[in-house]
Amino acid sequence: MQSVWTLLSWGPDGWSDDIAYGVLITVLLAIATLPVGLAIGFLIALAKQSKEPSLRLAGNVYTTIFRGLPELLTLFLVFFGAQIALQKIVQLFNPTGTVEVNAFVSGMIALGVVFSSYASEVFLSAFRAIPHGQYEGGYAVGLNKGQTMRLVVLPQLIRIALPGLANLWLILLKDTALVSAVGLTDILRQAGVAARVTKHAFLFFGYAALIYLVLAIISSFGINAIERAVGRREASR
Amino acid sequence: MSTVSIASVERPPEPPRGWSKARIGGHILLVFWALLGLGLVWFLVTSWNPELVQKYAPGYWSGILVTLKLVAISVVVGALLSIPLAYMRMSKNAVLSGFAYAYVYFFRGTPLLAQTFLIYYGLGSFRPQLEMVGLWSFFREAFSCAVFAFALNTAAYQAEILRGAIESVPRGQWEGAASLGLHKLQTLRKIILPQALIVALRPYGNEVILMIKGSAIVAIITVYDLMGITRLTYSRTFDFQAYIWAAVFYLIMVEILRHAIEWIEERITRHLRR
Repeated sequence: MQSVWTLLSWGPDGWSDDIAYGVLITVLLAIATLPVGLAIGFLIALAKQSKEPSLRLAGNVYTTIFRGLPELLTLFLVFFGAQIALQKIVQLFNPTGTVEVNAFVSGMIALGVVFSSYASEVFLSAFRAIPHGQYEGGYAVGLNKGQTMRLVVLPQLIRIALPGLANLWLILLKDTALVSAVGLTDILRQAGVAARVTKHAFLFFGYAALIYLVLAIISSFGINAIERAVGRREASR
Repeated sequence: MSTVSIASVERPPEPPRGWSKARIGGHILLVFWALLGLGLVWFLVTSWNPELVQKYAPGYWSGILVTLKLVAISVVVGALLSIPLAYMRMSKNAVLSGFAYAYVYFFRGTPLLAQTFLIYYGLGSFRPQLEMVGLWSFFREAFSCAVFAFALNTAAYQAEILRGAIESVPRGQWEGAASLGLHKLQTLRKIILPQALIVALRPYGNEVILMIKGSAIVAIITVYDLMGITRLTYSRTFDFQAYIWAAVFYLIMVEILRHAIEWIEERITRHLRR
């Protein structure tokens, strides 16, 4: 019977080095997904607050679909769907060719799509909180539409949307656990391997849960720092 | 006759709506969605296979029932658990509120999947102890483990919803009730809760929707809910429509729930509208 501390140590007997690799993958996946999700979410929010009904409808269809589907199902749809689609395309050129879809990339796409549909709602409510006079003021001093958006609206928008986006980041961090189901070696998968090999399931899954908790705590420190920095800019004006 | 002509004289005609960039873009996107939707329908129609449907449709139905049962039980149990938790969280006793804070922080800060694994696989480490207490038959079943994990998880979220809603009622309401001679429980039941639950309805609805979506992960611990059946069907047939159908069913469930909540909210806030 190995002691708990040997199991959790670094090196050949312990599992901490393997789990640390999982932490790296989880964090990388979350960080890689964030900009994709933010960018798509912002575009969707732009569509949803436009005066053009067809654009609004198109944006709403996107959010309805991806907020209604379970994250795990979205992941499987992307993972297997992309596999089948790419296979078909490759077989057009090379009938015997096979394609393996990367679990990391499909995780990134699936989580990014889910993140963006929630982020678009956050951005949309932030857009609604900005008075119309801000746009008019921008046009009055001779800025064009893009400049008004970039120089006048966006800085205020980010400040309003920040708490909601911070929340979404914490949700994203937890949702990354789902990619272990398509074989990516994240925290949970590594913990699962360790649990199966050593038969100390409670220890390793508890350890994994604590790591997620620590990641959440670190994130909330980071979020507080960002909020303070953004708030300071507000105050000094 | 005359009124019509006056109206048409007084109001200038609507300016013609040109084909702005936004309008063109919007229509292109709509056409894209329409094509995607038609493509999906076409895919489902052309790959409609009566034999397969006959073989797997009952499975899907039972999967939907398992999903609904899982969510219903865990939401109700979670609601019951959330009441003492919310009470502890709001209490002035540092030990009680500290415990509730830690509980809520743990369950909201870790993935539901990790919690489910912790309970389903992790409690297996304590099999002798559990057998001694006679709880092993409960924790051996994947379904009851899932219910247990989900109930604990949603209790944390619901406790926060309840606390937020109760704290959103102004203090003056408590004081007013106290000055009328109502004791605390009466105040809570007759004055605070009716106002708090209006605030809480939407978050509660969102929580149920999140649970329906979250319940898909029980497929990983071998519960045959809608997602589990879908995975089973796909692994046997390698037919991608298995996943499409699951998506359709989940969307229908979530949309029905969402509209039901909107309808209820419309009803119970009638007195607030002017």
